[in-house]
Amino acid sequence: MAHVIVVTSGKGGVGKTTTSAAVAAGLAMKGKKTVVIDFDVGLRNLDLVMGCERRVVFDFINVINGDANLNQALIRDKRLDQLYVFPTSQTRDKDALKRNGVEKVLDELKQSFDYIVCDSPAGIEHGALTALYFADSAIVVTNPEVSSVRDSDRIIGILAAKSRRAERGEAPVNVHLLLTRYSAERVAKGEMLTVEDVQEILSIPLLGIIPESESVLRASNTGTPVIFDDQSPAGRAYSDAVARFLGETREMRFVKPERRSLFRTLFGRA
Amino acid sequence: MDFLRFLFGRRQASASIAKERLQLVLAHERAGRDAPDFLPALQRDLLAVIGKYVEIREDLVRVTIGRQNGASVLEINVEFDGSAKPIERPQRRAVPRPKPATRRPQADANSA
Ligand SMILES: Nc1ncnc2c1ncn2[C@@H]1O[C@H](COP(=O)(O)OP(=O)(O)O)[C@@H](O)[C@H]1O
Ligand SMILES: [Mg+2]
Repeated sequence: MAHVIVVTSGKGGVGKTTTSAAVAAGLAMKGKKTVVIDFDVGLRNLDLVMGCERRVVFDFINVINGDANLNQALIRDKRLDQLYVFPTSQTRDKDALKRNGVEKVLDELKQSFDYIVCDSPAGIEHGALTALYFADSAIVVTNPEVSSVRDSDRIIGILAAKSRRAERGEAPVNVHLLLTRYSAERVAKGEMLTVEDVQEILSIPLLGIIPESESVLRASNTGTPVIFDDQSPAGRAYSDAVARFLGETREMRFVKPERRSLFRTLFGRA
Repeated sequence: MDFLRFLFGRRQASASIAKERLQLVLAHERAGRDAPDFLPALQRDLLAVIGKYVEIREDLVRVTIGRQNGASVLEINVEFDGSAKPIERPQRRAVPRPKPATRRPQADANSA
């Protein structure tokens, strides 16, 4: 049975799209047939981060409206044959995502995919609520910063109350914390909330810590999910997070400031 | 730099201020969010009971339910003026002294 994962946060700009791309690619690397769907109607960006922007012909809304079928709209990734991207439209009609339309499309996707990753828009409005409604699991992307943590708390409450699982009284959505843009150096100086602080406040299990890393910008510049960059701390941290999601045990890395060799400081990449 | 700051006293690290502020505001917001609907009635009853012993103001009794490490925690916060004197009550009085209207518990028990 296919598993629906929503990548959500409440707050914008915390790394949901970066995470959706990385996690979807990571699952595909592990041999899982995965599709990543852009729920951010009007602000299509996942296509850029995935590097398939020039191959978009039909989108999510076209399929919901019956103007195209799934085969026409799904874009197969050129790097991983288990990975597909389902772009959204740039329509400004924010209510284009009708809940039963979305349900029909998800049901059809569930027949052929192992994992469906939903990249949520920011906020707690219609689009974000639709993205999380059908979730089996949630990855709550949080930055170690007050407004992000507060918004995550809000989203965790909504997952517990307004998801389909909640409404039907089924087992609750499996909620995971992914702490991103973490700077161990700033944490060490007492300038940034620690991973323990955030975990204590939100009290949900920790899936991973993604360090602030230059490689993320480099990855989005080139349309390559950062998880492909196995030299970068962020790429490796995402690999760990995906492995944990699939039940493997991996020690948390990048919690302490790294001792950099002089050579790396001079010539290395972050 | 850090060494000097250490020696000459440094500002409280801003992260710990962030944590404190978050804990406070979230406790409040969570309480409002998933408050079960018996809370107002419970608050009224508490006011009535506590009001028998000390003078309190209605807005200084706060009843909240929050989450802590996965468990629900009922938190009752009563603040009163340090100078507030206990209400003098004759011993073994049979009939309770009437209380101001605002504090009287209401009869509706429909909200449990
Ligand atoms: N771990 C990270 N290190 C550095 N920059 C990051 C990291 N994660 C995300 N970013 C940057 O933050 C910005 C917002 O990321 P994005 O994934 O688009 O967030 P969202 O989808 O939540 O709005 C982007 O410019 C992205 O490159
Ligand atoms: Mg996004």
